[in-house]
Parts: sequence; structure tokens; C-alpha cells
Amino acid sequence: MDFSAAGKASTEAKRFLARLGLDQNLVKRIAIAMYEGEMNIAIHGGGGSAELEISTDKVEILFQDKGPGIADLELAMTEGYSTASEEVRSMGFGAGMGMPNMKRNADSMIVDSEPGAGTRISLMFNLSKTGPER
Amino acid sequence: MKVEDIVRILDAKIFAGEEQLSLDLNSACGADLMSDVMAFVKDRVVLLTGLMNPQALRTADLLDIKVVVFVRGKKPTADLVEMAKEMGMTLMTTKYSMFLACGRLYEAGLRGGGVRGID
Ligand SMILES: Nc1ncnc2c1ncn2[C@@H]1O[C@H](COP(=O)(O)OP(=O)(O)OP(=O)(O)O)[C@@H](O)[C@H]1O
Ligand SMILES: [Mg+2]
Repeated sequence: MDFSAAGKASTEAKRFLARLGLDQNLVKRIAIAMYEGEMNIAIHGGGGSAELEISTDKVEILFQDKGPGIADLELAMTEGYSTASEEVRSMGFGAGMGMPNMKRNADSMIVDSEPGAGTRISLMFNLSKTGPER
Repeated sequence: MKVEDIVRILDAKIFAGEEQLSLDLNSACGADLMSDVMAFVKDRVVLLTGLMNPQALRTADLLDIKVVVFVRGKKPTADLVEMAKEMGMTLMTTKYSMFLACGRLYEAGLRGGGVRGID
């Protein structure tokens, strides 16, 4: 497996959001969540896409893949649960923390997945708290 | 604790970011699984890891971690050194294992670390 490029989009998105002048902590939260989603698509989803949309009051990220889907979402959301192979673990993934990290960092997380039908995850981050006064 | 202190305490060799020797750090995270690092939100962190790949540096970069120590004598490849320079990151290698490297830093006064509740 060659993952050398996986995670690059998040690094670029982080730079871009920082240049827009968004709050540093918010940028970090978005970057973490995006990275976890990106890595899951590379590792479990067999490749897919991540779209980032920025509006005046929120940032939304939509991840889509046509991989095997998630059979038990509750398990997948549990800290420490992972189906990652030994090979994947040797590359630094498989702590079973990615999905919980996405949930913790986003203001909302919607997962739409079915075995065999791929996975769609949408994350939303409110900008209002760091607000218009800036 | 300054980066130069970490270099001394871990008897480490620097591969990138020599210009940050006086950077001050107050917490450390030792992990080989990057999502465990992502769950660790702290400022002024040094990451100790046995993982040697681009994702280790990307994880550090996303979390604004400026100093990465590779344990067990693993030397970064030229590609990783280049990447670290672009990211403005200090990379070093220590001969100590993860346990000994963390222990030495803790003993020398670097005590900050993430603590999470058990439920
Ligand atoms: N896009 C996806 N397609 C199919 N299965 C997925 C997808 N994303 C997550 N999963 C499943 O959910 C589990 C938990 O995901 P999570 O990101 O929390 O952990 P992980 O990726 O295994 O490890 P880590 O993220 O800590 O490196 C995965 O092990 C996998 O079984
Ligand atoms: Mg994951």
C-alpha cells in the first residue's frame, strides 16, 4: 500500500484556512477532522473524495467513497475500535480514534454508510462563535 | 524545557530545524499510532515516535507540533528531512527506546501530558 500522499489535502486545507484568518484553534479542529476523514478514505474506503465548502457562517466537509461501507456504525464510533490490519498499524494507523476524533472536533457529524454501498460523511464547523466582529 | 535541553538529555542527533534550539516546550506525547496524537490537544508539544513516514510529520504539522524525536535510533530519510524543513520542524533521533526517552525527559522536568478520563 502506498499512502505517501494521503493527508496532503488536509495539510493544504489547513494552510488555506489559516490564510483566510480563521481562528487558530478552529483551523486545528478542522484540520484534524479532515485528516482523519482523508486517512479513513485511503485506508478503509479504497479511495474517494473530500470536498471543503466555506461560507460566511460555517465550514463543511463532505467525504465520499465507494468502499466496503461501515457495517456497525456504533462500533466504528467507539474509541479504540479498529479493523485495521497489522500492516496498516505499522504505518501508524489503527488506534480506532479517527471517527471519535472527527466527532469531537466537528460541531456536527453525519455518517451515511451501508455495507457494500460506500460511505458518506459530512462534517460541519460553526464559524459564528469566532464571529463577525473579527 | 528548551529544544537544546531535549537534545542533550536524549543525546540526540538533529537532522532538521537546528535554528529552533531555544524554542521552549512544556509537554510531550509518545505514540506510534497517529490518531492517538490527534486525540492529544496541547500546546508546545514534543512528539516522540517510532513511526518514520510522511504521516508522522503531517500529523505533527496539523497539530502545530514543531519538534519530533524519532526513538530507537531511527534516522529520517532525506525526503522526510526535506519535508520537515518545509514545515519549519525540528527532527532529531535518539538511541533511547520510547520508554527510556520519555522517562529521561520526565525525570528532567518535562511533565506536561494529556490525561483523559476513563468511563
Ligand atoms: N470510509 C470507511 N469505509 C469503511 N470502513 C470505515 C471507513 N471509515 C471507518 N471505517 C471503519 O470504522 C473503523 C473505525 O474507524 P476509525 O477512524 O475510528 O479508526 P481506524 O481508522 O481503524 O484507526 P485510526 O483512525 O485511529 O488510525 C475502522 O477500523 C473501519 O472498520
Ligand atoms: Mg481512522
